[in-house]
Amino acid sequence: MNVQAPPEAVVEAVLAFADDELVLGWRDSEWTGVAPFLEEDVAFSSIAQGEIGHARALYELAAGVLGGDADTLAFDREPAEYRSAPFVELALAGDWAGTIARHWLYETADAIRVAELMESDWPELAGLAAKMDREEAYHRLHAEMWRDKLRGEERFEAAVEQLWPYALGVLESPQRARLAELVGREEVEAVVRGSHDDGFAALHEEMTMVRRSVPGASW
Amino acid sequence: MVTAAQVWSALARVPDPEIPVISLVDLGVVREIEVDGGHVRVEFTPTFLGCPAQEVMRAQMADAVRALGAEPQIDVVLDDSWSTDKITPEGRRKLEESGFAPPQPRAAMGPTLVQLDAQAFRCPYCGSTDTRLENIFGPTPCRSIRYCRDCRQPFEQFKTI
Repeated sequence: MNVQAPPEAVVEAVLAFADDELVLGWRDSEWTGVAPFLEEDVAFSSIAQGEIGHARALYELAAGVLGGDADTLAFDREPAEYRSAPFVELALAGDWAGTIARHWLYETADAIRVAELMESDWPELAGLAAKMDREEAYHRLHAEMWRDKLRGEERFEAAVEQLWPYALGVLESPQRARLAELVGREEVEAVVRGSHDDGFAALHEEMTMVRRSVPGASW
Repeated sequence: MVTAAQVWSALARVPDPEIPVISLVDLGVVREIEVDGGHVRVEFTPTFLGCPAQEVMRAQMADAVRALGAEPQIDVVLDDSWSTDKITPEGRRKLEESGFAPPQPRAAMGPTLVQLDAQAFRCPYCGSTDTRLENIFGPTPCRSIRYCRDCRQPFEQFKTI
């Protein structure tokens, strides 16, 4: 166990990361049952499960410092307390080009973030990030496969253009140049954390519904 | 007095909740067992973080320890010490016999699409390597779906992580 508590900024970053994975996992799950074809229904459902599993592990890590548990951090906070990037909050279910554009941009950004956390001085965080990276490799393959299929298509390129400032907001400013390099675009002003997309209030309402209806429920 | 060897053999009889042909020990998710009098501490690493069977696995291990008359403590370790390379040879054999292609050995680098498209994945039904990737994702986080062009049988491939 840690004898020394990790710095507050690192715990904040873990919480922001957990919020991103929870919210994006939730958005991905909105394709369950309605994806363009069965393979993608399975894929997005499985990716959603993966992201929410990562959120849970990150929340548990943060809860070890902040108190509470994964559920209290995931579901008992007010909307204003979430640190998720507006990028992951955008409601894109129904828009396949937009979903794939976000998927590819997010996984590319996420790889940069995870690689940095694997070098963390907080051993539990470094170990967890390394485990996540093994799993995320499959999300990245899926995202790249679809990017290759849709590259050059008008709707996909328009979605990438529109989402680009949002994608940059997943990362802290020193990491954004790397993302721009990987994606092959100029860095622009990022849509950063700190405010929420308009759709987040409704999403929060939905995510916390069971928890609020039956506090402390377990199954 | 319970011994560590007894705990190992009890846990070797606990089936994976989603692939019951293989035990938790075969799967390599039991990292360490420490016995201190009537107290047994089990260190456990889940396969995938999003695996919904984690809770069931923990409860089943605790029950197995209690059945030996000892008090269980199941510690979950979330680091990258588990990889599919930890599945025992016995576990790989059991997977294959029941129609799950066991994972390929993990390479130094993560998987690539070229690799997944390569004809190195063997059909667990007929042994042919003329198989193709149908879906990177499958019914649980740990599985992909492939199709055998020879015997025309779809099958589940344990992902390498």
